Amino acid sequence: MDPSSNSGAPVVETRDLVKIYRMGDVEVQALGGVSLTIQGGEFAAVMGASGSGKSTFMNLVGCLDKPTRGSYLLNGQDVGGLSRDQLARVRGRQIGFVFQGFNLLPRTNALENVELPMLYQGIAARDRHQRAAEALERVGLGDRLHHTPAQLSGGQQQRVAIARALVNRPTLLLADEPTGNLDSRTSVEVMGIFQELNEQGLTVLLVTHEADIADHAKRIVVFKDGLLLEDRPVTRRRLSREELVEEARA
Amino acid sequence: MNLLASLRTALRALRKNKLRSLLAMLGIVIAVGAVVATVAIGQGAQAKVAAQMASLGSNLLMIVPGSIAAHGVATGAGATQNLNREDLTAIERELTTSVAAIAPINRTGAQVVYGDQNWFTQVQGTTAAYLQVRGWALAQGEPFGREEDAAAAKVCILGKTVVDKLFPDEEHVLGEQIRVKHVPCKVIGVLAAKGQSSWGQDQDDVILMPWSTVVRRLVGTQSDAVSTMMVSARSPEAVDDAQREITSLLRQRHHLSETAEPDFQIRNLAEMQNAAKENTNTIAILLGSVALISLIVGAIGIANVMLVSVTERTREIGIRMAVGARGRDVLFQFLTEAVVLASVGGVIGLLLGAGISRWMASRFDWPTLLSPPVMAATMLLAGFAGVVAGFYPALRASRLDPIEALRFE
Ligand SMILES: Nc1ncnc2c1ncn2[C@@H]1O[C@H](COP(=O)(O)OP(=O)(O)O)[C@@H](O)[C@H]1O
Ligand SMILES: [Mg+2]
Repeated sequence: MDPSSNSGAPVVETRDLVKIYRMGDVEVQALGGVSLTIQGGEFAAVMGASGSGKSTFMNLVGCLDKPTRGSYLLNGQDVGGLSRDQLARVRGRQIGFVFQGFNLLPRTNALENVELPMLYQGIAARDRHQRAAEALERVGLGDRLHHTPAQLSGGQQQRVAIARALVNRPTLLLADEPTGNLDSRTSVEVMGIFQELNEQGLTVLLVTHEADIADHAKRIVVFKDGLLLEDRPVTRRRLSREELVEEARA
Repeated sequence: MNLLASLRTALRALRKNKLRSLLAMLGIVIAVGAVVATVAIGQGAQAKVAAQMASLGSNLLMIVPGSIAAHGVATGAGATQNLNREDLTAIERELTTSVAAIAPINRTGAQVVYGDQNWFTQVQGTTAAYLQVRGWALAQGEPFGREEDAAAAKVCILGKTVVDKLFPDEEHVLGEQIRVKHVPCKVIGVLAAKGQSSWGQDQDDVILMPWSTVVRRLVGTQSDAVSTMMVSARSPEAVDDAQREITSLLRQRHHLSETAEPDFQIRNLAEMQNAAKENTNTIAILLGSVALISLIVGAIGIANVMLVSVTERTREIGIRMAVGARGRDVLFQFLTEAVVLASVGGVIGLLLGAGISRWMASRFDWPTLLSPPVMAATMLLAGFAGVVAGFYPALRASRLDPIEALRFE
């Protein structure tokens, strides 16, 4: 089993998480007190209307931002009191991000993009190359190591981003609308990679507003106006592998 | 992030925007190039002055009329007539153990004519001892002797430049009659060519004539006043003895009391060298301040480009922070970029400066001297300028909020 898996123990544990944005005199409450626990090995999809606080929640869980109130334990560690630099360390070691807009460095090849997170963990150049190449192979891009983002399709770019998210062997993979810029077939392929990684033990938390995408997860949480509205298991789970076979047959 | 990795990252970032990187370092290139070239030229000139002073002979002394006041201002030097041929003869006769040779010098400018050629040059009235004191040799002919001096004979020895001007086509110069300020003179010798001095002065543009010929016939006076005496001591060690003995002999001859200011000055080589050094030091300080200002301008150029670069790469900074870069990693990255810019600019400037000084040396026969310590110091200064220039932009980059940076378009 992959060393990054820790099924059973809670990976994410938030209690009454509140986030209030202040813009001058106006206060916007993006999160109104969210308590959510995600166990190791889970695959959860966060759904909800635009503006319901999904991204705000992901940013807090991803240690990119600090909550106004409430507590957050990541792998049992309270990250509430950590400094900016300590949060950066947590991000680099325990969390992998996948964004809607890929967020790859332009004019930089796939290998170098994937090496980026290791640069900040003091990993030697030779190990960086090897691990980056392995991660790219894992997402099916072993033959595109030296392509720059401009030379890759959207789906391939997102795979590079996934490889980058995996390369430091995180315990939690966060993806905010990872299929938002992709066509439906490519979306299914990307979801297939997430499912594969989750089967290997990685905990995945995904934001999407599309029901068919969310059905690839094992659990769905729905946000509304900054509050948790619904939390249910996926009853008829879609498996990317089968969908692709079906499509090929049709 | 370790040093090698950040260097590589910096180089990669700078390569991605070659034109901007070039423009950013242009100021530093020019600053370092200017410093290296000017210092090379300055030091070359200084070395040549020193060499020339040394070639005058370390045993040289100059005696000029006039007194030195306490603060070193000569009172009426030149106007006074308190050095004469009698003094010279006395030194020559009495101080034979310390003094090897002594020559009087009275100068005047004069128009010289041969056929339809004419030229304005400097005429030095002196004796044959002058050649010995200066260590000059004749390319042709013979020097004048005591008889010619005593008789104010109409003879002359020409420098190479004067020969070239008056006799452009002729090979045969000795025995020709030229006119010096309407005085017809026979050419009895030609000086060996010496070339330019470090001041750019043509040392061959000169005529030597017997002292009395210049004073009696060209200047037209019966005065015995000598405007300068050039003395060479028997050896470098004998210089101090010579200076002391000449001082006491002249004081005695001029009837000066123990406490009276001397009415003449004796300058030795060390003093002349110090004066020259002082001049070159002033020039060095001037060059240094120009260099500093241009380095500051170069640093501002780098700071400017780095600020633009940080704004443009906000998203990149957000990505780096999201994958684990700490504030100090980002700070270090941009600082490294600024230092690399400044150092590469410094190296290019160094090559440029060295090239310019080489070219000056060959094209204008101007002495230049590339000094490794100065080049190293300039490079260090350029690197330091990079640190200073890069610090504020890098600090700004390191303080960006990762979420906002990621959202930046
Ligand atoms: N940086 C911010 N400053 C002010 N308001 C914000 C900021 N980010 C998000 N918001 C507000 O918080 C609410 C939730 O936003 P978000 O979490 O992005 O929603 P979602 O991702 O579900 O569409 C929205 O009303 C949004 O306008
Ligand atoms: Mg969102």
